Amino acid sequence: MVTLTRTTVAGREKVRGRHHRGESLTKVLFVLPAVVAMVALFGYPVVKNLLMSLQDYGLKTFFTGAAPWVGLKNYSTVVTDKLFSDAMLNTALFTVGSIAFQFAIGLGLALFFRNRFPLSGLLRSLLLLPWLLPLIVSSATWRSILEQDSGILNRTLLKLHLIGDPVPWLNSPSVALIAVIGVNIWIGIPFNVTLLYSGLAEIPDELYEAGQLDGATGWRAFWYITWPNLRAVASVLLMLGVVYTIKVLDIILGLTGGGPANATQTLATQSYEKSFVDFRFGQGAALSNILIAISFVFAIFYLRGTRRAVDE
Amino acid sequence: MMRRTAYTVIGVLILCVMLFPVYWMLNASLQPSGNTLTAGFLPLNPTFSGYKRALDEQGGNLVTSMIIAAGTVVLSLAIATPCAYALSQFRSRWVSVGLLAILISQMIPGIVIANALYTAYERIGLLNSIPGLIVANCSSGIPFAILILRSFMLSLPPSLVEAARVDGAGLFRAFVAIVLPISKNSLITAGLFSFLFSWSDFLFALTLTTKGGVRPVTLGIYQYLGTQVQNWNAVMATAVLSAVPAIVLLIAAQKYIAAGAIGGAVK
Repeated sequence: MVTLTRTTVAGREKVRGRHHRGESLTKVLFVLPAVVAMVALFGYPVVKNLLMSLQDYGLKTFFTGAAPWVGLKNYSTVVTDKLFSDAMLNTALFTVGSIAFQFAIGLGLALFFRNRFPLSGLLRSLLLLPWLLPLIVSSATWRSILEQDSGILNRTLLKLHLIGDPVPWLNSPSVALIAVIGVNIWIGIPFNVTLLYSGLAEIPDELYEAGQLDGATGWRAFWYITWPNLRAVASVLLMLGVVYTIKVLDIILGLTGGGPANATQTLATQSYEKSFVDFRFGQGAALSNILIAISFVFAIFYLRGTRRAVDE
Repeated sequence: MMRRTAYTVIGVLILCVMLFPVYWMLNASLQPSGNTLTAGFLPLNPTFSGYKRALDEQGGNLVTSMIIAAGTVVLSLAIATPCAYALSQFRSRWVSVGLLAILISQMIPGIVIANALYTAYERIGLLNSIPGLIVANCSSGIPFAILILRSFMLSLPPSLVEAARVDGAGLFRAFVAIVLPISKNSLITAGLFSFLFSWSDFLFALTLTTKGGVRPVTLGIYQYLGTQVQNWNAVMATAVLSAVPAIVLLIAAQKYIAAGAIGGAVK
């Protein structure tokens, strides 16, 4: 009886040891597919783009397989291109313009929906619709609204005598970028409302009650209670905003295709054109690497900022 | 009371302004065909000729999009769910490395992925193929699904699985029998978003197809838009049909959508 127990215990220990080794293998298997996928879908493209940007990788490559190394020539070509500074400026205007208005309007609406009133939950979730629509659907819809001669926007403005002649929203180099930014603001508002609303909902009511005793109501309550408590959510939102907006491509391609007269070209649309219209993959890759580098700089600033906030 | 009703009225007005383009899409889709947009504010004489044309010309593309989106959901969830569980429950210094990798992946522009996949697909013959587009679309599905599922699974007590382990179930069996059923809601959320991402994809459809064979509906709309639109009602009817999944999901799965928007961004 005694020996029997002893062997079982020993046996169980041996089993557990084997079990343990088998188990760390199982644990690896849990993450392996995802690791493979992430490497294939992100790691490989980043490395491949770095390599391609150093090669003369063009249409010929697909026939002969030859992609000679050219050093930094692709970078110097795209940077000295006369369109580059325009594309940089447009990217900056597009990103800053979109985010500033998305955030400001989103915050206004989030504060409005914090007032408890009938149907507020339902209205708030229906508000998400523009964000869920395929971007190309939104582009098509806005194309029809902004159409110069028969679009509803110009027809309405003419009827109200706000404009004398139809505005060529998407056909004039001087207003096209503004129109594209406007559409992107419309698309981004719902996301901003949702995140800011959830940030507002986490601020405890007691803070406002205590503030009220000290005379902090209205604007003062916003400035001294709401805003400081919303800073964390706001900074995540703004960082995500930059990272997502800087690479926007669908909306611009759908609305203007970068035109008219390159007035709405950004780094992303330029990169697309170099690779898939001109088939100069090396130059396209160089442009997209510049795009990634800018994204990273913002992310690093953000991470440093939050770390400092945590340290404090 | 008066005040709260006034708020509701203002709220409805805000919604009307924000959703006007969606209404306009519907309105324009019901107008007679033509290359001008003379529609009034109401479709007083609705015609379905736009829809007939849209279904004739884009019906097959809608089916293609549906297959690609469904495939993306299955593949993304199959890959993301075990990983999300590992990142939420296993203790390892690799967890923070994994999370950082996912965060960084969000900064990679789609065009970078398209560049690289195009050259790879060209070599292995995945251009113009449905599997090729499914794999490409997983680049938006997988990271998002991992984040959503992990943020839910963090709340699972380890004792839950340990109880099953004591009864002799292996780690994988315990995962399938206990963790998956409990995570149903977050699986639905992650699946819905993977579907929407893939359904809405335009960049991969544009770059990873070079000839007619496989054409998702987003690409169909883009080609309609061309330089000069010939039939606005057919374009808008296709747009409405392409918006249906988003609308259905919003109405049928309201609570999941808001949860997804917040979970994916903050966690």
